[in-house]
Amino acid sequence: MSNEKIDVDVEYLTRVEGHGNIKVNASDGQIEKCEWQVIETPRYFESMVVDHSWKELHHITSRICGICSIGHTVASLKATEAAMGIEISKQDELLRKLILHAENMQSHILHVGYLALPDLMGEGSVIPLASSHPEELKTVIRLHRLSNEMSEMVGGRTTHPQRLIPGGFSKIPTEKELTELKNKLRNSFNDLMAVADLCEAKADKFPDFNRETEFISLTNEDEYAFYDGQVRSTDTGIQPVTDYKDITNEFVVNQSTAKFARNNRQSYMVGALARLNNNYDQLSPMAKGVAERFNLKPVNHNPFMNNIAQLVEVVHNVRDSINIIDKLLENGLEPQEEYHEPEIEVKAGRGIGAAEVPRGILFHDYTYNEEGICTAGNCVIPTNQNHANIQQDMEELAPNLINEGKDEDEIELNLEMLVRAYDPCISCSAHHLDVEFVD
Amino acid sequence: MKPKVAFFDFAGCEGDQLQVANLEERLLDLLEIVEIVNFREVISQKSDDYDIAFVEGSIATDHDAERLEEIRGNADILVALGSCAAIGGINSIRNSQDPEKVEERVYGEDADKVEAWDKAKAADAIVDVDHYIYGCPIDKDEFIHVVESLVQGKEPNIPTYPVCVECKMNENVCVFARNGGDKSISSAKREVQVPGSQEVEQGPFCLGPVTRAGCDAKCINEGTTCWGCRGLVDNPNQNAHKKVLDKYGLTVEEVLNKYNLYFGWQQEERKDE
Repeated sequence: MSNEKIDVDVEYLTRVEGHGNIKVNASDGQIEKCEWQVIETPRYFESMVVDHSWKELHHITSRICGICSIGHTVASLKATEAAMGIEISKQDELLRKLILHAENMQSHILHVGYLALPDLMGEGSVIPLASSHPEELKTVIRLHRLSNEMSEMVGGRTTHPQRLIPGGFSKIPTEKELTELKNKLRNSFNDLMAVADLCEAKADKFPDFNRETEFISLTNEDEYAFYDGQVRSTDTGIQPVTDYKDITNEFVVNQSTAKFARNNRQSYMVGALARLNNNYDQLSPMAKGVAERFNLKPVNHNPFMNNIAQLVEVVHNVRDSINIIDKLLENGLEPQEEYHEPEIEVKAGRGIGAAEVPRGILFHDYTYNEEGICTAGNCVIPTNQNHANIQQDMEELAPNLINEGKDEDEIELNLEMLVRAYDPCISCSAHHLDVEFVD
Repeated sequence: MKPKVAFFDFAGCEGDQLQVANLEERLLDLLEIVEIVNFREVISQKSDDYDIAFVEGSIATDHDAERLEEIRGNADILVALGSCAAIGGINSIRNSQDPEKVEERVYGEDADKVEAWDKAKAADAIVDVDHYIYGCPIDKDEFIHVVESLVQGKEPNIPTYPVCVECKMNENVCVFARNGGDKSISSAKREVQVPGSQEVEQGPFCLGPVTRAGCDAKCINEGTTCWGCRGLVDNPNQNAHKKVLDKYGLTVEEVLNKYNLYFGWQQEERKDE
């Protein structure tokens, strides 16, 4: 037991997307303050969409987040389509599933390979890996590039995609492009296994920290859900997406410019680990094989294992992308004209769209008038839903670390690793207050 | 000595820094000519000693402004990275909305606690900006071009002509000549008098004639329209693509009044001139 003063003060936590602080004060082993603070400048997207056309909303809300711009685009289009009763073709649905896989791969590889691995390797960043572990780094880069090529091929651009529009796609990939992509995906398994080996060799570096919590994600009878489904909680079972406000219950806390969320307990977790806990049986056999190597089984309550759940999902993404391409090519692609603009009957109404994006379940909710102009919007972002769980974890982990006699630097590193394990996307999560903190 | 480079972010999606990470192997090549000392999204090290600062995101709080001034004080060269920093960008949509309503829509009864400015501003509203990399997101090749130019002490070459020029080189069908698939009325639709007739044409709308080129007309190539993400071409009354505007009976002001996603802050600056 330590009897000294502990003062952890991390301003602008690095290797996460957006701005967050960690503050922990303790003396004589007693915690005086322990806070996960979110300090992002508010951006007001729910207001910015108002008075704009149904044709622009996915373009505007894509800008909530660079890393998950594809997921925001998809959730936005689904909300608009739900509001106006627009149906998309089976082919377009498959292409949307394919691009969600691409984004999930891109984001998870960025997180596991560029942001989390350096901690495991004892380096401050990915850059020193260029000289200390060049082959490993090149493997990670190859996988990252492949997922970006995939996003670009389906969506027209890696970030803020263009081709995804209400009712379908303005342009679709060619059969030749899809065939080439399939071959590249098949050739990527060696690289994926190399990254799994790398993580497995460092598996003892993941802290053994378990705190029981609730996990929420989409679920779908037919597949491991990313594109569509109902909401499933490990505590409260299955509910329709339209109940999202009763599930997310966003609330304001003084330490954060982003809203927090809770359902059945003080907090819940969304993201790769939540999806894996809810839908493990639907993972591809190869993905399950990777999970088994890390003894990752549902329900796993160690947030640090989110990194491994991401790795497992990437394997599943690659496998399922190959299946999707096979389905698309099976009967040949249905051609469409250049600069395709689906016929749409504009209607008044409200629509809610949900999708699983890299960091968890995402909801967009729009109301339109008869002219298709948005009159109200609401977005509930995965990282918002995780903030309260990060806070709860920290409140349990910090005293544990102090009791174990860890010094200030070790406590700081462990708390940083905890937040990074969630892969928070803080700038997306901040559509909230800019408050002064009381010290 | 390799110049020291730092990245900083304000209100934005960090999609421009992501484009730097998306350089993949080319980022390693870039590290041959510069040293990255601050890149919070990717590395843990932090330093106040840097030569070139790239700033991403719009400026919307006092705290943002103080931080930006500090960065300006440390850097020899300050570059606005992406539309939010360079022109105010998508965040400036709210600049034309009633600030009270903006806060209420997002925060409800907690609206009074909000301390952000009524307007999202470009970086050069606060400090001197030496160079601009436009786009939402930025173009990776243009980023490399700017870094290489700065390292060699040269002026980067950023287009001063409109997107239409690049679009025509790509032999796209002009957006204004396409048939819209629907009959809806929205701000994204044009409703123009076809010259020499009484006919009013409905179809997709495009900001290519007034928007700065450099993107290779990416969005039009991909089947949509120009949304204006690279901002207004310098002095639009002179440099807009007159041929396209004349052909479809549009003026620069009509285009700008009709449709505005990225130009909010630039339009205010034009009014002040």
